[in-house]
Amino acid sequence: MEYLTNFFLPSAESTYAANVDALFHFINIVSLILLVGITIAIIYFAIKYRRKSQEDTTPLITHNTTLEVTWTVIPLILILIVFGWGFNDYVEMRTPPANSYEVYVESFSFGWNFEHPNGIKESNNLTVPVGTPVRLIMRSRDGDVLHSFFVPQFRLKQDLMPNRNTYAWFEAKNTGQFVYFCTEYCGGGHSMMNGTVTVLTAAEFDEWNEEELGRDLDALPLAELGRLVYQQAGCQGCHSVDGSSRVGPTLQGLYMREREFTDGSTRIADEDYLIESILYPQELVNVGYPNNMPNIYQQTLSEREVLGLVEFIKELQ
Amino acid sequence: MEATTNGNGKTLKVRYFDIEENPETHYLNAEKGIKSWLFTVDHKRIGIMYLASIAFFFLIGGILALVLRTELLTPTENLMTAEQYNRVFTLHGAIMVFLFIIPSIPAALGNFLLPIMLGAKDVAFPRLNLASFWIYSIGALFTLASLAVNPIDTGWTFYTPYSVQTGSAVILMTFGVFIMGFSSILTGMNFIVTIHKLRAPGLTWGRMPLFLWAMYATSVIQVLATPVLAITLALLIMERTLGIGIFDPALGGDPVLYQHFFWFYSHPAVYIMIVPAFGVISELIGTFSRKTVFGYWAIAMSSLAIAFIGSLVWGHHMFVSGQSELSTVVFSFLTFFVGIPTGIKIFNWLATMHKGSIDMKTPMVYACMFLFLFTIGGVTGIMLGAISVNVHLHDTYYVVAHFHYVMMGGTVIAFLGGLHFWWPKMTGKMYNEFWGKIASAFIFVGFNLTFLPQFIMGSQGMPRRYYSYIEQFQTMHQLSTYGSYVLGVGFVIIAVYLAHSLVKGAQAPANPWGARSLDWMTSSPPDQHNFKYQPVVSNGAYDYHKPMADFTLGIAEDPAHHGHDDAVKVEAEKAEIR
Repeated sequence: MEYLTNFFLPSAESTYAANVDALFHFINIVSLILLVGITIAIIYFAIKYRRKSQEDTTPLITHNTTLEVTWTVIPLILILIVFGWGFNDYVEMRTPPANSYEVYVESFSFGWNFEHPNGIKESNNLTVPVGTPVRLIMRSRDGDVLHSFFVPQFRLKQDLMPNRNTYAWFEAKNTGQFVYFCTEYCGGGHSMMNGTVTVLTAAEFDEWNEEELGRDLDALPLAELGRLVYQQAGCQGCHSVDGSSRVGPTLQGLYMREREFTDGSTRIADEDYLIESILYPQELVNVGYPNNMPNIYQQTLSEREVLGLVEFIKELQ
Repeated sequence: MEATTNGNGKTLKVRYFDIEENPETHYLNAEKGIKSWLFTVDHKRIGIMYLASIAFFFLIGGILALVLRTELLTPTENLMTAEQYNRVFTLHGAIMVFLFIIPSIPAALGNFLLPIMLGAKDVAFPRLNLASFWIYSIGALFTLASLAVNPIDTGWTFYTPYSVQTGSAVILMTFGVFIMGFSSILTGMNFIVTIHKLRAPGLTWGRMPLFLWAMYATSVIQVLATPVLAITLALLIMERTLGIGIFDPALGGDPVLYQHFFWFYSHPAVYIMIVPAFGVISELIGTFSRKTVFGYWAIAMSSLAIAFIGSLVWGHHMFVSGQSELSTVVFSFLTFFVGIPTGIKIFNWLATMHKGSIDMKTPMVYACMFLFLFTIGGVTGIMLGAISVNVHLHDTYYVVAHFHYVMMGGTVIAFLGGLHFWWPKMTGKMYNEFWGKIASAFIFVGFNLTFLPQFIMGSQGMPRRYYSYIEQFQTMHQLSTYGSYVLGVGFVIIAVYLAHSLVKGAQAPANPWGARSLDWMTSSPPDQHNFKYQPVVSNGAYDYHKPMADFTLGIAEDPAHHGHDDAVKVEAEKAEIR
C-alpha cells in the first residue's frame, strides 16, 4: 500500500498534505471500483448477449425507475462527500495561522526572489524553519507575466500576478530540500524556472540567519526600512502613528481595518489596499478627509520602500 | 393507399417505400466539377468538405503531437529549442481544439446526418450552411498564415499578459479563431432551426434519434457561449494593437478577468466537443445491441442538463489563479453536478447492452472503448473538481491526461466509431472489417500507453507545458512517447484501409447494420435530395421490436417528389401513424 502511495504521490511534507492525499486515495478507490464494474459489465454483456443470428430479437425495456433513481442518488451522495471533504481541507490550506513567519515572494521571467522579515534576500531558494507556519505574500514583478508557485511535496500551488498580491502558506513537517516549479506557462524559460525550499531546524535556521545578516549589514528589515521612509518621505506630516487625527487618517491600527470611501464603497485595509493607496492615493479617498495626498510615490519610492511602509504600518497595532 | 392521421391531427396518405440499393445517381455523382463542391448548398457535400478539412488538420495536429512527444523522450534538447517547443505545443492545442475537435462531429457528421435523420431535404438555411464552411476556411487560412509569419507561443489559452507581450503572431491566430467562431455560431443556429422546423411528419421530439438531441444541446451552447470568446479575443486584439488596458496589469487591466472570459466560453466548449460524441455513442450502442435505448428521455435530457450546468462551472479552471476563495468553493460545488447526468448516460448505455443482441463490429468496438476511456476521463474530472486535490494537480500532467481521456478517449474515439458507422452511408463503400479491428486495437493500446503514465507523473508533480524536466520523470515520459507512436500507427492503418475502401471497397447496402433511424432509410450514398419520397415517421428511432418495413413509410403522393416516383416500387399498404 505504501509502495502504491509513493508511486502516485510525492512524499507528504506539509501539515495539510496528508489530508489532500487521503481524499486523492478515496476518489481513486471509488473510481477504480466503478471502472472495474463498468468494464466487467461491458465484457460480460458483449459475450453473453453476442449476436447469435441475424434474426435475433431483443426485449423492449424502455426504462426502470428504481434503477435510474439508484444510479442517480448514489453518485449524488458520493460527489457531495467529495465536495465537502475537498472544501474542508481547502479552508485549512487557505487559512494561515496568525503567528505565521511571513516571506515576500517575487516572481519574474525567469526566476524567484524571496525576502525575509529581517531583510535577508534569497533568489531561487527559500530557506524556512521546520514546524513553523510560513505565509507567502506573492507578487509577480511589475510588467512581467503570470507565474505559479508549486511545491509538489507540500501540495501547495498559487499563481502570482503583477500589480496584485496573492497568498499561500505552509508548515513543513520535516527538514530537507524540496523542489518547487513554475506551473503557469510564462515563455521560453518556463521549464527552467524551478528552485528549492530548504527546510532547516530552528537552530540551523538561526545560524543561517546570523550568517546571512553578517554578510550583508546594509540589509534593513522591511519594517525598519519603512520607519525610515515614514520619517523621510514626508508621511508623518499628515499621518500620525498614535491614533490622533491630522490632515490624513492615522496609521495606528490601520492594517486590516475596514475603510469607508467617499464613493460609498468600503474595503479592508490589507496589503493590497495599503500599497494602492500609497501609489494611487487619489483613487479611493477616506470619508472625512480631503483628497490632497500627492500622487508622486510611484516615482519617488522603490518597490521595497513601499513594502517597507506596509510592514511598518502593519506593526502599528 | 389509405388516409391516416399523424400526431398533429392532419390526415396524410402514406404507403411503404422500398429503399433503392446501388443507386445509379446519388449526391456524389449528381453534379460534377470542383465548383459543384465549393459552391454546393447540399448539406451532405458540405459535411464531406468539413470531414476532409478536419482530417487534414487532425493530421497536422497529430504530427505536431508526435514531434512534441519525441522532444520529451529525454530532458535535454532532441529536436528543437524551448522556444520552438512552446510554439509546437501551442499549435498542437489550438489546431486540435479550434480546427479539428470543435467542428469534428457537429460540422462534419452533424451536417451530413442531421437533415437526413429529420427526413428533411436540407438544413433550414442551406446557403448559410455554405457560408459557415467558407467562414471556417477563412479562419483556418488566418491560422495557417500565423504559422508562416511567426508561430504563436502562448498556449491555446492565450493567457494575458503573456499574450499581450509576446512577439509571436497572436493577432493572426486569435483573429482566425475569432472568425471560426462565427462559423460555429451559424452552424449551431442553423441546426436549432432545422430541428425545430424541418422534422418529417410524425417525427415527434420523443421519436428523434438521440444524436439529434445531442446536436441540439451542442448547438445551444455554440450559439450562447461562442460570442463571449469572440468578444474576449476582440478585446485581446484591441489591447495588443491599441494599448487599451483590459487584461494586462501593466496597462491597468486584470489578467483574472481574461481567465473568466476565456473559460466562460472554453469550458462550455468542452461540452461542444463531448456532447455530440454522446449522441454518436447512443446511435452505435442502440444499433449494435439491436435494442431500444434504455432511458431515452434520461439520455436526451441529460444532454441538455450538461449544456446548462456546464455553463456554470468555468471557474474550476481558476482554483489557484487568485480568484476569491468563495468563487472557488462555489465553482467546485457546481462542477460536481456535471458528473450526475454524465454518469446517468453511461449507466443507460450499459443497460441498453443488457439483454441486447450485440454485434461487435468496428463501430461497436469503438463504442465500448469509449465507455471505458470516457469513464476514466470522467472520474479523473471528479478528482480535479475536489478543491484541495486540485491545488496539487492543477497545471500538471494529470490535467493533460484527464482532458485527453475526455477529448480523445471520448470525442475522438466516438468520432472514429461514427466515421466507421456512417462510412458506408457517406461513401457507398464498405471498409475492411478485419483491418478496422486491428487498427482499433492499436488505438486502444497506444492511447492508454500514452496517457496513463501522464496521470502518474502528473500526480507526482510534473508540470505541464514543460520543455525539459527533472530526471525522475523520464521513465514515464518515455512510456508516453512510445505509446504515441503506437497510436500513430493505428491512425495510419485507418487512413490506409479507408482510402482503399474508396477505390476497391465492396458496394455498401442501404442499411448494413440493420438500424432503424431515417439515415438508413435511404440509399447508400443518399440521393441528392436525401430521399426519393417524403418520409413519415410512426415509430421511435430505436423501436427494434417493430418490423423494418414500419420505418420506410412515406407520403403517398408528394408533389415535391414528382418524377421520382417511377423509380420507387409501390407497395400500397395501410399504416397507422401513432
